[in-house]
Amino acid sequence: MSLTRQDVEKVALLARLRLSTNELDALTEQLSKVVGYVEQLGELDTEGVAPMAHAVEVTNVFRDDAVQPSLPREQALASAPHHDDACFLVPAVLGD
Amino acid sequence: MSLTELSAAELLQRLRSGEVSATDAAKACLDRIEQVNDRVNAIVRVDRAKVLEDAGKVDQKRAAGQPVGALAGLPVVVKDLLCTQGEPTTCGSRMLRDFSPPYDATAVAKLRSADGVILGKANLDEFAMGGSTESSIFGPTRNPWDTSRVAGGSSGGSAAAVAASLAPLAIGTDTGGSIRQPAGLCGITGLKPTYGRISRYGLIAFASSLDQIGPMAHSAEDCALLLEVLAGHDPRDATSVDRPVPQYRESLITPLKGLKLGVVKDHFGAGLDEEVAAAVERAIDVYRSLGAEIRDVALPHGRYGVATYYVIAPCEASSNLARYEGVHYGYRTDEGQLLAELDAERKQLLAAGDKRAAENLDTALVRMYRKSRSEGFGPEVKRRIMLGTYALSAGYYDAYYVKALKVRRLIRQDFDRAFEQVDLIVGPVTPSTAFKIGEKTNDPLAMYREDLYTVTANLAGIAGIAFPCGQSKAGLPIGVQLQSPPFQEETLLRAAHQFQMATDWHKRRPALEK
Repeated sequence: MSLTRQDVEKVALLARLRLSTNELDALTEQLSKVVGYVEQLGELDTEGVAPMAHAVEVTNVFRDDAVQPSLPREQALASAPHHDDACFLVPAVLGD
Repeated sequence: MSLTELSAAELLQRLRSGEVSATDAAKACLDRIEQVNDRVNAIVRVDRAKVLEDAGKVDQKRAAGQPVGALAGLPVVVKDLLCTQGEPTTCGSRMLRDFSPPYDATAVAKLRSADGVILGKANLDEFAMGGSTESSIFGPTRNPWDTSRVAGGSSGGSAAAVAASLAPLAIGTDTGGSIRQPAGLCGITGLKPTYGRISRYGLIAFASSLDQIGPMAHSAEDCALLLEVLAGHDPRDATSVDRPVPQYRESLITPLKGLKLGVVKDHFGAGLDEEVAAAVERAIDVYRSLGAEIRDVALPHGRYGVATYYVIAPCEASSNLARYEGVHYGYRTDEGQLLAELDAERKQLLAAGDKRAAENLDTALVRMYRKSRSEGFGPEVKRRIMLGTYALSAGYYDAYYVKALKVRRLIRQDFDRAFEQVDLIVGPVTPSTAFKIGEKTNDPLAMYREDLYTVTANLAGIAGIAFPCGQSKAGLPIGVQLQSPPFQEETLLRAAHQFQMATDWHKRRPALEK
């Protein structure tokens, strides 16, 4: 199956990417090729096969509900590109 | 013989006897890095003062008669995908160029508590996505055997560091072959342990159900030493498996008589370079002479491995890399420029009378995410995020993602059946020897096919090891791969060690001086 430029633009928005015209052109072609390649999986009859999401199928790993030390706020904020004493800062979300 | 040419086991012996100090070993490696790293670009950051300080502490411990760890004084290079507290951890990406994590990865903490000396961080494909270590912001790593060729990837920096004798030990990670393929192309030994054998805490995630940390070194014996330190359960990684860690070095000398080795005919079909095929056949003959029994086995779904992998890995990557949004850490686009740009676009649309489009423009926050991510990530990372987002999007999820998960189970079942008949499977690591830098960068599918022989082990969660078994006429290393059922690293390491007792391929070093 081949992807259209509109498909690629839509996926870019979903992926929170903003692609240049050149990138859109290249990705439309490259993604179509890769998707075409992976479509060979359609040859296989997988009726009744349980999907395998994980190599070690462990479930319900519990620990004691005890308070453990966590990252101090200053350290958590230290790597942020923009922050004040208490919060991560982002451009205004609500309109005026 | 220079200290840097010793294997880790040999160096450790000299450190223990007091013949060599940890500071001597660290200095020898630091000097070697200074001399040759610019030719291979294997290591992206070294803090000389810190390395010497760490080495000095080990020497003081020894001098004071205090107990020392299993790696006491051994220099180790760590792939720049594992968090090192307070020291830059970049993933080879602009996104994390200035990021210093507030904690150590468990594997790094274990290195430190075993008194290993972390020498520096190794180059890699951006976020470990690639098979050639060409997509790093630090530029490509070069193969020490021929610097016009790739070192493989994504752990190409780790592999080249060992091959070029910059360090006796390195840590790599393997999501679809990223330890074994560069080990094969650089002529060293690299082990991808069973999924869950080593904690992934602090390993920056690419595809969480496939990623695994592993040792890289000159020999299986050195890999065994490092695996003993790294393996084990960690409460901070719920997928790390709680079972005892064997003393891998103890069983290395057990002879192979009676070991059943499986050979998959399909692995020697079209697409495999003739010289590689011949070298792997000769390796199989060596095993025959060591008393192993060779049997044919079939992995009928193996040829769907690459297609399955390139659905599952990008899906997991697109989800994992959603965390890079320019808010909590990492790169953020210039905010003033962003607001001005949005304003100009809105005015332009309104002037053209397109009120609807003006209203549908990104909000400042969404545009900040989009611009930060687009400027922070390189082309291959974007490609995989796009591929994964597409395969997980409404209408395609069942057709691609769930379908791939079903084929993944068929691949695992193939291995389960094969391992009822044999102890290990032997075959090639890569279809050919190291390719030229730039040769495959514009052809993603050609690059993805490099993973043909390695991805199935990650999908199935089994273990695999690659080590040198020959050289091409052009003088490039050729590797062989062994694969084992889950948690049979002892058998893998033993079989590789026995091969290395009978051959000397692992002792050859590139003539980088020329």
